[in-house]
Amino acid sequence: MKLITHNMLTSKCIKGVLTGFPLAINATDIKIKEVDFNSEFITRVIPKLDWEVLWCAANSIGHSDGLPKTIEPKFEEDEEFLKKAHHVLLEIEVEEGHLTCPESGRQFPISKGIPNMLLTEAEVQ
Amino acid sequence: MSAVIKLKTLQGHLQDLNGFTKPKVQFEQYETPAHIAAVALYTIQTQYGSLQDKLVLDAGCGPGILSIGAVMMGAASVTAIDIDRDALEVLQENIDDLDINNIDTLLCDFLDEKTCRWENYFDTVLMNPPFGTKNNTGIDMRFLQMGLRCTCNSVYSLHKSTTRSHIEKKIKEWGVKGNVIAELRYDLPATYKFHRKQSQDIAVDLWRVYHSDS
Ligand SMILES: C[S@@+](CC[C@H](N)C(=O)[O-])C[C@H]1O[C@@H](n2cnc3c(N)ncnc32)[C@H](O)[C@@H]1O
Repeated sequence: MKLITHNMLTSKCIKGVLTGFPLAINATDIKIKEVDFNSEFITRVIPKLDWEVLWCAANSIGHSDGLPKTIEPKFEEDEEFLKKAHHVLLEIEVEEGHLTCPESGRQFPISKGIPNMLLTEAEVQ
Repeated sequence: MSAVIKLKTLQGHLQDLNGFTKPKVQFEQYETPAHIAAVALYTIQTQYGSLQDKLVLDAGCGPGILSIGAVMMGAASVTAIDIDRDALEVLQENIDDLDINNIDTLLCDFLDEKTCRWENYFDTVLMNPPFGTKNNTGIDMRFLQMGLRCTCNSVYSLHKSTTRSHIEKKIKEWGVKGNVIAELRYDLPATYKFHRKQSQDIAVDLWRVYHSDS
């Protein structure tokens, strides 16, 4: 699971859960995988994200080094920042661990890099 | 618009991928044949420029022929989701074999809109949805509708040609636009016991469905 994916995940589908966002990350195995840098692409993706959630997620797994807590107005001109964002969003992979719903405490296992967001019928609203 | 690689090269790579190990009938698991996937992806890139440098979702990815083909056509980042863990593990094998690092996999129910905050998020959504022939009629239309929610631009989806007028009607109902951009022939293998014939030759349409304002 990459952090770009984590930024979009919620546990709102659980019965009784109102926002279910963001999910806490517990990582026991993290791998770094190289992905080609594309500044135009990263510039387009950043405004779609919840940046604060991204920063906290990266920080919680020990990878927020050099990542600013907030985005500057002219971030697209800052190549160094874009490269850092690219790295955090696309190159860090949580291979093993779990995600936790902030409201219910329900855990979603991540194994072989695949988060399992499926719920049983009794759990859904 | 240009293509990153040739159609023949793309088809050659896609032919070598691992398929479902034990296809599950309740999820309608059959792969898109390599020649169909290749022509579809090639058309999507060369006619509409919807893959190169794009953020792509593969909904109901199975072993991932569309995800992997999208990467070969230059997609920047692909999210591949399926409801079946076994299928995703085959996809992982395929991407490990090819050393691909920009496909992220996720096990979830695509039809549950609450799992992901994906409204208008992806540039392009690709799918070969379950046809919905057995106990779940209409699942193809629910996939298409969910795909539209998840994109700020277009959904590209494969459907039996016999459903064409039904889809035309639905698209009008939803207030979106769409048209068939390629007509293809799908040689559905006799994967399941209830198929009496050896294989069925089915005409399929590649649809491009998009928001009226995009
Ligand atoms: C016809 S297969 C297509 C597989 C692959 N995309 C391809 O083109 O070769 C449909 C896929 O959708 C998956 N699927 C069915 N229902 C689903 C759901 N509700 N959410 C996510 N995936 C689903 C199945 O497991 C299967 O892999």
